[in-house]
Amino acid sequence: MIEIINLSKSFGDNKVLDDLNLTINDGETTVIIGRSGCGKSVLLKHIMGLMRPDSGQVLINGKNVCAMEEKDLNKIRLKFGMLFQGAALFDSLSIGENVGFMLLEHTNTPQQVIEKRVKECLALVGLKNIEHLKPGELSGGMKKRVGLARAICMRPEVVLYDEPTTGVDPIMGDAINDLIMELHDKLQVTAIAVTHDMKSAYKIATRIAMLYDGKIIVKGTPKEIESSKDPVVRQFVTGAAIGPITEAAGMKDMIGKVN
Amino acid sequence: MILKEHLQDLGKKTLGLLKYVGAISLLMADTFSKLFVRPIRANQIVKHMAKIGVQSLPIVSLISFFTGMVLALQSAYQMQKISAEMYIASLVALSMTRELGPVLTALIVAGRCGASITAEIGTMKVTEQIDALRTMATNPTSYLVVPRFWAMLLMLPVLTIYSVIIGIAGGYVIGRYKLHISHHMYNKMTFQPLHNKDLYSGLLKSLVFAVIICIVACFEGLNAKEGAEGVGKATTSSVVRSFILIIAADCLITALLYFIGR
Repeated sequence: MIEIINLSKSFGDNKVLDDLNLTINDGETTVIIGRSGCGKSVLLKHIMGLMRPDSGQVLINGKNVCAMEEKDLNKIRLKFGMLFQGAALFDSLSIGENVGFMLLEHTNTPQQVIEKRVKECLALVGLKNIEHLKPGELSGGMKKRVGLARAICMRPEVVLYDEPTTGVDPIMGDAINDLIMELHDKLQVTAIAVTHDMKSAYKIATRIAMLYDGKIIVKGTPKEIESSKDPVVRQFVTGAAIGPITEAAGMKDMIGKVN
Repeated sequence: MILKEHLQDLGKKTLGLLKYVGAISLLMADTFSKLFVRPIRANQIVKHMAKIGVQSLPIVSLISFFTGMVLALQSAYQMQKISAEMYIASLVALSMTRELGPVLTALIVAGRCGASITAEIGTMKVTEQIDALRTMATNPTSYLVVPRFWAMLLMLPVLTIYSVIIGIAGGYVIGRYKLHISHHMYNKMTFQPLHNKDLYSGLLKSLVFAVIICIVACFEGLNAKEGAEGVGKATTSSVVRSFILIIAADCLITALLYFIGR
């Protein structure tokens, strides 16, 4: 179980996370929704221990990752996989080396076994015979899928997805959603995804949590979120230009001019 | 009021400088602490040695050869006046070994390889590849800095020795064919004044410069910000700061060796 307790983080005067609380149950897919720049990726980076909070805790199975040394954090990270927004594949390595990176770095697995596992992971995301290519030779959608294959190669217990469908066409986006669901069913992993793509959120989530003003303002099943009466949640899930979110952000005048 | 603003500005700049020195010292300490930690990435070290060493040979050859020639020609002006042309060989040999070989090579490598290291690591930083490394339980210093550090530490002294030899050859061409000094005399006047300590001081400098180039380049790359523009800025900073530190370190080492040698 992952518990986030009173987490706060500021960048200069900008308070991105403000006493945020969230619990993520084992085996569930929790989708965190919110506007671009609201701190979703920052939250993911805190869970992975890539950022240190100003205050608060992130407990993974009862251990606070915010107070851990890098060495201990690495032991936890071995059980995690993460898909980055831009896939973050290593340019200097081939696709095969990218996918098998953790096995090569952290285990004594023989080369042949690594190659076999790389093939399996790539097949799981619908890719074949691309091990020898470099990331620069792939399309955006393919990179995302390779990123996904890399995230699951060590058979992680928890997978984090940072905007899994952003930057790919709708068909590829839906294919990625299917992949995430398939991985969840096959590997029984706990998943945390951050996105502002509501179609994707409704499809893959066991629970959806909305991040607004540095806090989780609502958490519920996709149906509960869809039928929420909260005006902030309603504006976000319906994608309306006018409402409390844009008014609070001082965008009313801009929207008036556009209209 | 104006004085207060100036003092505030000076304070900010001093704090900034201290912060920079502190952060770069931490990276250096981290790198040294991981130099012998397994796994030793031999493949990566060899790959970087080829990039830093072998691929720098043409430019080092060209610049060292011309520098040797220019040094001989410039000194010929004065030496001919007192009929002491044969000392040009000693002057070229000593200048190249103690000063120009190490400094020129370091400046070439800082411009060529330091910039490339910063650009590569900086691009990795802004495209979240460094974060990806950390999420995969791999320390960026171990994976990115240490192999480059070993490669730089091994190749810069080799390139320096090579530069000295080529520089002396450049001087020889002028001495032999323009000033008509005999082969035997040029040879004798080149090696007679050279002592082991001249060679050691040159090599010591090249080792210190290797540390400066690699640590500054990696540090700037790891701290690159804001996309392509940030990588550009980091690369510029890397080259400028390396140049300044190389010259400053050269001055310091030369002064230290001068006082020790007295």
